[in-house]
Amino acid sequence: MSKITVETGNRVAALACKAARVKVVPAYPITPQTTLMEHIAEFVEKGEMDTEYIKVESEHSAMAACIGAAASGARTFTATSAHGLALMHEMLHWASGARLPIVMAVANRAMGPPWNIWADFSDSLSQRDTGWIQFYCADNQEIFDTIIEAYKLCEDKRVFLPAMVCYEGFILSHTSMPVKLPVQKEIDGFLPPYDPPWMLDVDNPITHGNLVFPEWYMEFRYLMQEAMENARRLIPEIDREYKKQFGFAHGGLVEKYKCEDADLIILSMGTIGSEAKIVVDNLRKRGNLVGAARVRVFRPFPKQEILNLAKDAQMFTIIDRQISYGMEGPLHTEVKASLYSDKGSPLTAGFVAGLGGRDVTFHDIEKMVHKSFKYLQSGKVENEVEWVGLRV
Amino acid sequence: MATLKELSKEEYWLSGNSACPGCGATVAVRLVQKALGPRTVFVVPACCTSVIQGAFPFSAFAAPCLNIAFEAAGAAASGVVAAYEARGLKDVTVVAWAGDGGTADIGLQSLSGAAERGTTFIYICYDNEAYGNTGFQRSGSSPYGSKTTTTPIGKKEHKKDVPMIMAAHRIPYVATASISHPLDFVSKLKKAKNMMGTKYIQVLTPCPPGWRFSTEKTIEMGRLAVQTGIWPLFEIEHEKFKLSPPSTALIDKTKRKPVEEYLKLQGRFSQLTEEDIRELKLWINDTWEKYKRLQLSP
Repeated sequence: MSKITVETGNRVAALACKAARVKVVPAYPITPQTTLMEHIAEFVEKGEMDTEYIKVESEHSAMAACIGAAASGARTFTATSAHGLALMHEMLHWASGARLPIVMAVANRAMGPPWNIWADFSDSLSQRDTGWIQFYCADNQEIFDTIIEAYKLCEDKRVFLPAMVCYEGFILSHTSMPVKLPVQKEIDGFLPPYDPPWMLDVDNPITHGNLVFPEWYMEFRYLMQEAMENARRLIPEIDREYKKQFGFAHGGLVEKYKCEDADLIILSMGTIGSEAKIVVDNLRKRGNLVGAARVRVFRPFPKQEILNLAKDAQMFTIIDRQISYGMEGPLHTEVKASLYSDKGSPLTAGFVAGLGGRDVTFHDIEKMVHKSFKYLQSGKVENEVEWVGLRV
Repeated sequence: MATLKELSKEEYWLSGNSACPGCGATVAVRLVQKALGPRTVFVVPACCTSVIQGAFPFSAFAAPCLNIAFEAAGAAASGVVAAYEARGLKDVTVVAWAGDGGTADIGLQSLSGAAERGTTFIYICYDNEAYGNTGFQRSGSSPYGSKTTTTPIGKKEHKKDVPMIMAAHRIPYVATASISHPLDFVSKLKKAKNMMGTKYIQVLTPCPPGWRFSTEKTIEMGRLAVQTGIWPLFEIEHEKFKLSPPSTALIDKTKRKPVEEYLKLQGRFSQLTEEDIRELKLWINDTWEKYKRLQLSP
């Protein structure tokens, strides 16, 4: 029997780590990830988890230890936020380049200075090009399910890349909500033990990661790109399989809400995607054909899903809880890049909102939608990018 | 002490590697593998060995080897140890094999962390006293007065005492070694292999192109380093300091060869003034006074 319990996002992530029978957890505390690693410590100390827990002296070392452990044949997990993730940057490249299926929870937090411990996606989106698969969750159930799905995906021989399971700090990490936890035996059936195609094995010695000259380096990189393409195909399949077994699905690459007949689609990530559903329902009551699409996977980017959404919609309202300085919100950029070769694409309006944990309420989103409808009526987007609620 | 007969005839460090002629590090890594045997895994951060192991798809390591980033040897080795622990593999020796830059400077934090956590592995710093791989820039382990490409008129600071930093972690075993004294080195490796917890060994590996001496003199250079007392051999076993036989007699300073005999053979010291040599001698004396106190303390 599966069990319904009320848990914070961080505790759910710890429970998923336990349910995945992770063998090695190297971790270092940082707000708002901290309670996650405290929960794992508790599980290990109580003997509920048969896991080597390495309390490393930095996040850089956390990821280095993950690499050593995963390369030695152990399922590996860690978690971090903001500056911790930034410190890991070099090792993120190493983990993906070494083709190790490490799964990491990221409790998203804004980067300093100025110091700020609240949510935005500037930490994980700064790591866009490190070769990690990136999931973004909208509720605590999704955190649990995505961590299990991520192991299934990353350990698939066609993928063998690491994945970040991202969720907004405090908004999810410290907020309790009901979560349905499947029984362990069923998870074990869904997620068999880690069986890597290579590892550091004295009976079958190999050297891993030594010098590669230009004549071969590109091929290593191409294989990573190919693995990302495979992941793009496999994520919806695994999500469907998960639903069949456990009852929950999260939309594969993009969670769509009432998009079929929508004139305007709100594109966003994380919890703003949940809030956007309220806006859709409210506006539909008033006769506006609005839909919401939540980009759940940022890498590999769901190009085809964006193109499919563009077929009938006339307007995209794109909300970014992050900014690429000197350009615009990264989601905005990626969506437009996906649409470029498409004739008759919808108009796009980009909104930067909720940086450093500022609330983005359905009222705020409604205002963005109204503005977008005005652009649509006039046929011209006056402000390609607008910072929502700005006080300077 | 180990004898030559005990040394394995098996070669685990393969021919065709890309080391410089007369490379001291290569002598050391060969001895390490002979001493520790085939059930050994290597974790190698950026250092000369990143290059001298050879390029894909070849490798001079007959043992499994994980290459890792510069500052990460201690942490990556911790991960390897944890995974073997989790998988119930008890008979594998995990070795972090790092240069002096990756140990004394950029990698000190992850080494310290691994030692503080009591990780069971052997960390070997092969010390060529500079960043050899990048063309010989100064490291924290370069000695006073030595010329490197970033200290063109000679380094103004003394060598960082990493063995004593490691001893301050109260790990079960710390030792220094020299490739000129292979049996002493092998004995220390074998002892380290059979102990739980973190073991730290720093082996001096003279570097002909960096130190600027003739390639057939690598072993001689190591021997002179020991005989002049600039590189004392000792071990600290469960916090008990003990000079190793090649260095024991040197506690009497009249038994030490004049350091000039060591310095004059190396281009990196060619510009030293009388004052510089006096400074180095003072440092050697101070070091020995410290070791004397440790050796004689009950």
